[in-house]
Amino acid sequence: MSEKVRIGFNGEFQTKEVKVAPGDPAPWDPSKKFSILGTRVPRLDGKAKASGEARYSIDVRLPGMLYARILRSPYAAATVKSIDLVPARTMPGVKAALVLTEPGERIRFAGQEVAAIAADSPDRVDDALRAIVVAYEPRPFVVGIEAAEKPNAPLVFDGKAESKASAGDVEERAKGLARKGNVLGPRPSGKGDVEAGFRESDVVVEATYYTQVQLHTALETHGLVAQWEGDNLNVWSSTQGIFGVRDDLAEAFKIPASRIRVITEYMGGGFGAKFGPRIEGIAAAKLAREAGAPVKLFLDRKEEQTATGNRPSSVQWIKAGATKDGKLKALHLIVHGTGGTNGGTGTSGPAKNIYDCPNLKIEEYDVFTNAGPSAAFRAPGHPQGAFALEATMDALARKLGMDPLEFRMKNDPSEVRREEFRIGAEKINWTTRDGRRATKDPAIVRGVGVGAALWYNTGGPGPRATVTLNRDGSAEVEHGVQDLGTGSRTMVAIVAAEELGLPLEKVSVRIGDSRMPFGPASGGSKTTPCSAPTIRRAAHQAKRGLAAAAAKEWKIPAESVAVDGGFVTASGDPAKRLSWIEACKLLPPSGVAVTADRAENNEGAWKRFVAGAQFAEVEVDTETGKVRVERVVAVHDCGLAVNALTTESQIQGGIIQGLSYALFEDRVLDPASGRLLNPNVEEYKIAGSLDCPDIETVLVPVWEGVNNTQSTGIGEPATVPTAAAIANAVSHAIGAPITRLPITPEVVLAAVDAARSKGGRS
Amino acid sequence: MSDGDENRGGFTRRDLVRGTLVGAIAAGTGAKVAKAETGSVGPGPAPLELKVNGAVHKLSIEPRVTLVGALRDRLGLTGTKSVCGRGACGACTVLVDGTAVCSCLTLAHEVAGREITTIEGLAADGRLSPIQQAFVEADALQCGFCTSGMIMSCKVLLDRNPKPNRGQIRAAVAGNLCRCGTYPHVVDAVERVAGIRTADGELAPDLRLSTLDSRLFSNDPRVASATLAALEMDGEEA
Repeated sequence: MSEKVRIGFNGEFQTKEVKVAPGDPAPWDPSKKFSILGTRVPRLDGKAKASGEARYSIDVRLPGMLYARILRSPYAAATVKSIDLVPARTMPGVKAALVLTEPGERIRFAGQEVAAIAADSPDRVDDALRAIVVAYEPRPFVVGIEAAEKPNAPLVFDGKAESKASAGDVEERAKGLARKGNVLGPRPSGKGDVEAGFRESDVVVEATYYTQVQLHTALETHGLVAQWEGDNLNVWSSTQGIFGVRDDLAEAFKIPASRIRVITEYMGGGFGAKFGPRIEGIAAAKLAREAGAPVKLFLDRKEEQTATGNRPSSVQWIKAGATKDGKLKALHLIVHGTGGTNGGTGTSGPAKNIYDCPNLKIEEYDVFTNAGPSAAFRAPGHPQGAFALEATMDALARKLGMDPLEFRMKNDPSEVRREEFRIGAEKINWTTRDGRRATKDPAIVRGVGVGAALWYNTGGPGPRATVTLNRDGSAEVEHGVQDLGTGSRTMVAIVAAEELGLPLEKVSVRIGDSRMPFGPASGGSKTTPCSAPTIRRAAHQAKRGLAAAAAKEWKIPAESVAVDGGFVTASGDPAKRLSWIEACKLLPPSGVAVTADRAENNEGAWKRFVAGAQFAEVEVDTETGKVRVERVVAVHDCGLAVNALTTESQIQGGIIQGLSYALFEDRVLDPASGRLLNPNVEEYKIAGSLDCPDIETVLVPVWEGVNNTQSTGIGEPATVPTAAAIANAVSHAIGAPITRLPITPEVVLAAVDAARSKGGRS
Repeated sequence: MSDGDENRGGFTRRDLVRGTLVGAIAAGTGAKVAKAETGSVGPGPAPLELKVNGAVHKLSIEPRVTLVGALRDRLGLTGTKSVCGRGACGACTVLVDGTAVCSCLTLAHEVAGREITTIEGLAADGRLSPIQQAFVEADALQCGFCTSGMIMSCKVLLDRNPKPNRGQIRAAVAGNLCRCGTYPHVVDAVERVAGIRTADGELAPDLRLSTLDSRLFSNDPRVASATLAALEMDGEEA
């Protein structure tokens, strides 16, 4: 069905013929007056969270429930020779035990799962874990990326690379790629001819950028509670995708998915690392089956930091060239990164997709080390890629003698982001930034930097939702999505209330249960663009059901009945008008219930990347090397925001996590033992309240017409450019490039010293 | 509130075996040591009265059990969260006689008979306390896992200083780590309770023209001490 759809932003729209799926309402028009969508709505589960009543999976307590824990390898590389569980099994309170790495199998990182125990109290499990006897044959190992690339380095995989994590499957990634020692790759990509591009360039810059391994550090750890009822398995999981947990458990236990129920009522953060039941979840379900009792297995903080995922490190060599008039001509990026026993270290997303560059050559290598496997982490590859790319853009601008923002504008194909740059520049007073560098204290300098964000419109078909209208005028929505803390529960309610024309309190929302209609996994910033159009479609069709009931009463065709703004009316007959409540009384006792699938994305709509721009203002003490981020201005688009309040929260969160990555976070492995030296939050520093800058967020509404609610995601783009903007601000302040994250005092002082010895412009 | 204590009526042979295994320093006797004589209890389960949110719970708990362990696993008060297990993150913050403590660093037996307040004890008759309500309205919570501890820290701040400035608010929750990044909205929430911000998130009318404004709303935590005296005076007047 072809519809005329207005698309655009910033008051400028064009009408396009867009193909809309049958049964799907046309995308909301820019002229639409919303009653609730886009306003600041406190989240519906706020009271449950603020009162302590919210029951997270880690809070679940069942009658007779046992507690389980995992024994982990102290060695970074070893062969397990033997495991004796008997001494543990005979400990008081122990009900079940399980081997996770069989004798003869290999240990590839310190912290790998070896065995698991279930007992009747948390402390008794700890006692029993200590009684397990394991004989290891230690092997040589390597944890540093440079050491791992040396020709004689110990091999992490001497056979096939095999390791599964949510960033993908190493085997899958390794297909068709060469592996030499611990180095897999390159994965090549690009376009044009970089060498020709460099020849055309008037200026060329070249540098190597280093980023650290970052740990997700979600406050609720990984784990689940497993309960067997005969052949049926109930699971309360801390997960970003309840259906993925269901399907993986079905595969692990060779039982139909229909016999597994996965519940995630409340969830204490994931940031990309919580997909599937993983080893610990399957272990819990096995222990529960053996013990004939429910089992709770949640990791402790050290396990969480060691074994559940991380953002890979990167060493990014970039060479880039531009012409005198400020056009980017060529960019060559070679990335080596380590995701431990996993891959997923590519960083080329920003280089490929932010600026126009006719000649691009990219070579990405995964370096295996004896360290915990990487997992998807909020915009995989992008914060590290943006850091290197945006530092390169600043370096080129400097060499061209051009304002770095002007240089970006000349090369940015995204009209939305160019507008975002303009808005942000005004708010941060970009034009006066050079004059603000010096302060009264000669040791203290200030700087302003910018970074660009992009993300992808990841929404698509798959999800399903049921909307029920009851005879009393109330509405119910069932949708198997989970709320990680992003506000998806509230998003579902807002979209339904908006489409139905009801106040929020008339709409009940049930989510977080795999017995409900299929919901999307929450990754890739796709929850809202997947769910919101599904909810609106089901609500739209439920309204048609109500219209049909009124049409029957009025003995007119249903097509001539409209449901809008809380009234049911017949076209051309003002006498035929019912309030929502009156109309709902016409429904049968079952009300009207519609289950709808999300439509395909509309063909012919505005295909584009999500854009964003962040500006940071910092103060740097050149004597101590301390950086304080004073202010961040963040201008983003996420199509049309469903809830301005929770969207603001999520952007603030992306910025604070990005700041934390830029300045503090750094996983440290001991080269002598291979063990994690900072496995808890007093040594692995994450940003606290005193580290927070003043944050101003601006949302630019964009009507793409891709889906009926004009939704895209914001979780990931909000954290993509923060470290880049901060690093560029520090560089601006001290007059020397920052090429390494985190920007510790040591990094700052080294950069200041290097600039001084070169007679830099500081 | 049910005790939630399933199995520990008295002392059993199992506990004895267990005591000898874990309580190496107890010289392997494993027998309950009389509290009066030594000032110590254990290593086996020992009777304990915990006074939580006004209710007295009679428990039998091993001395090694932390307060957060007792609250969550024995009393079912799971609003208090455990994140780091070593006093570094503040998620487990509860009040003991009105003072904020990390319940992961506190043994249950240490606080026998003391007044313990958890997040579940702040709401009365299903109505949220002002600081809880402000957290909801300002969206000072995302995943909500740090929220209980954040709210307890903010409550202690407001009990002592009803009109804190932003630096003081930030300092008050400096020990509460949040991974979602709720800190800016936490500051907003406390300002609402303090009457510095209205429910719309705007500055309260009587404060808009205040000469203190520039310092009051300074982003810089270093202004905290400079304005402390003035603000505490404000607080007393209020």
